[in-house]
Amino acid sequence: MVTTFNDTQITEFKRLVARYPEGKHKSALLPALHLAQDSFGGWLSTETLDYVASLLQIEPIEVYEVATFYSMYNLKPVGKFVFEVCQTGPCMVSGSDHIIDYIKKTLDIQPGETTKDGLFTLKLVECLGACGYAPMMQVGKIYKEHLTKEKVDSIIAEYRAQATNN
Amino acid sequence: MGVKLLLDKADVPGIRTYEVYRREGGYRAVEKALKQMTTDEIVEEVKKSGLRGRGGAGFPTGMKWSFIAKPEGVPRHLVCNADESEPGTFKDRYLMEFLPHLLLEGLIVSSYALGSHDTYIYIRGEYAWITTILEEAIEEAKAAGWLGKNILGTGFDCNIHVQRGGGAYICGEETALIESLEGNRGNPRIKPPFPAIQGLWMRPTVVNNVETLAAVVPIINMGGEEYAKIGVGKSTGTKLISACGNINKPGVYEIDMTITVEEFIYSDEYCGGIKDGKKLKACIPGGSSVPILPANLLLTTAKGEPRYMNYESLSDGGFATGSMLGSGGFIVLDEDQCIVKNTYTLARFYRHESCGQCSPCREGTGWMEKILQKIETGKGEMSDIDLLWDIQRKIEGNTICPLGDAAAWPVAAAIRHFRDEFEWHINNPELSQTSNFGLQHYADPIHVPA
Ligand SMILES: Cc1cc2nc3c(=O)[nH]c(=O)nc-3n(C[C@H](O)[C@H](O)[C@H](O)COP(=O)(O)O)c2cc1C
Ligand code: SF4
Ligand code: FES
Repeated sequence: MVTTFNDTQITEFKRLVARYPEGKHKSALLPALHLAQDSFGGWLSTETLDYVASLLQIEPIEVYEVATFYSMYNLKPVGKFVFEVCQTGPCMVSGSDHIIDYIKKTLDIQPGETTKDGLFTLKLVECLGACGYAPMMQVGKIYKEHLTKEKVDSIIAEYRAQATNN
Repeated sequence: MGVKLLLDKADVPGIRTYEVYRREGGYRAVEKALKQMTTDEIVEEVKKSGLRGRGGAGFPTGMKWSFIAKPEGVPRHLVCNADESEPGTFKDRYLMEFLPHLLLEGLIVSSYALGSHDTYIYIRGEYAWITTILEEAIEEAKAAGWLGKNILGTGFDCNIHVQRGGGAYICGEETALIESLEGNRGNPRIKPPFPAIQGLWMRPTVVNNVETLAAVVPIINMGGEEYAKIGVGKSTGTKLISACGNINKPGVYEIDMTITVEEFIYSDEYCGGIKDGKKLKACIPGGSSVPILPANLLLTTAKGEPRYMNYESLSDGGFATGSMLGSGGFIVLDEDQCIVKNTYTLARFYRHESCGQCSPCREGTGWMEKILQKIETGKGEMSDIDLLWDIQRKIEGNTICPLGDAAAWPVAAAIRHFRDEFEWHINNPELSQTSNFGLQHYADPIHVPA
């Protein structure tokens, strides 16, 4: 996997850095990590972290300590689609347990695992600010809310179709 | 219908766009503030309005603004806290998603009042699509001359930037947020110095919640005194409440703070009653950190008076018999919900979100989670209840930031009000795996409207 941004990504990177005053470019680290994760297969390898450090002209350790602190950065490879299902109180009282069990059974994976075909990863996460639309999960940049078993089926089918079409 | 100051235009088709927002009277507050008011006058109006921070702590906004240091030659910053990660809270998301220009308008006026030329919105990383909505709105506002250089010919320059977080509840705490905005781990700073003196890049900084900054718009438009006439006592203006859990109509509601909790839960204008005709068991009225209350103490105070949806009434009785309005995350539990399990998921949340700097919080949240899991899975012992109580007490007040307290309070309140449910779990390890303790006396003697 190449770990250098293409021209479009470099332009976006420069836009991120330009938001901060002279000499405060380290502030762009979190957004830059999001950009890198989106650009390089949904996760951040050590090479990617080092690359981000070199772009921002900071020490690699400064990038590692940040990447390991925040839950959105994946430090291991993940499936093409990551199902991040919320399991906190408000979702739990609205039935998230049943949805989690159903996804485990349907995809035959445990939380943290990826399906053999590399398509789906299941991740259990804490409150995503969608408590009124529970149960819910995040897939990439999209929230899937008011989940039911039927809805989970159709979401899985939707992503399977998307994967075959690409 | 109660007064609406923030969401009154939320249903207007296309209100998300600049064109419609402006046609509906938007950006009048910017015109008024920048052309007719001095910065001190704006701060004065906000003081008069009685507006209290909507992020959870309820600190008077005007007073906070007046603390900002103004050393010669040092830039100042306004930072909008859009981290919104307190379980049960999803009101800022609603406001930003449907009325992005209302937030921008509030930000421009507030930036002018505070002298911030570069203002940052720190938004939780998961709200990626809202980031796009905000960035589009910023472009529109810039194109129309409300942002950028020399706004309305007044000589005031201002830019607004949006930064996504990386997934960490602690970054909602204002000093952790500042660290994160500087590209660091979200470890809260020791105060003092307060952000108003040394905040972002060690410059004077004000951090305010999304809803707080949006409320500046009606305050400027109607004047602080008029704003203060809405509501009651020190709960002035309107408040957004995000209601969730076992109710018929979960969602975001704007209330004036004179309605009772009972009306909020049972009237069709708001939550529409408990789902599936069940009974109310308990409620966490202000986001997961505030004390849970059983139905009887929620609807009436210990003195038997009706409880209202405002700062004072919800905290009536202190933690012994009251709770807090907090962030307005209103979580309702019906008769079939298990208090032990609910408390366990919240304890897990706080363990996951502790930044790990202070031992009482780092270790204590982990211990509480483990003990609660033990009780929940039928392996608890009677001594565990007192142990839990002891741990939460040792966390509270002994940490750098209030996350420690936020983790301790839900556990303390659950034991305080539902101790017999914990005991039942421990005495009935098998039965508790398949059935729930139910309502017991938690809902007596209140009446439920037909
Ligand atoms: C652990 C923790 C999490 C917090 N999360 C948020 C949050 O998500 N949004 C918010 O506005 N304030 C949050 N706060 C409160 C902020 O520290 C700060 O008081 C607030 O942003 C000030 O704005 P306000 O005065 O307008 O309410 C949090 C505080 C703590 C201790
Ligand atoms: S109380 Fe917890 S979250 Fe706050 S600084 Fe200490 S360890 Fe970090
Ligand atoms: S508890 Fe699941 S989104 Fe808030």
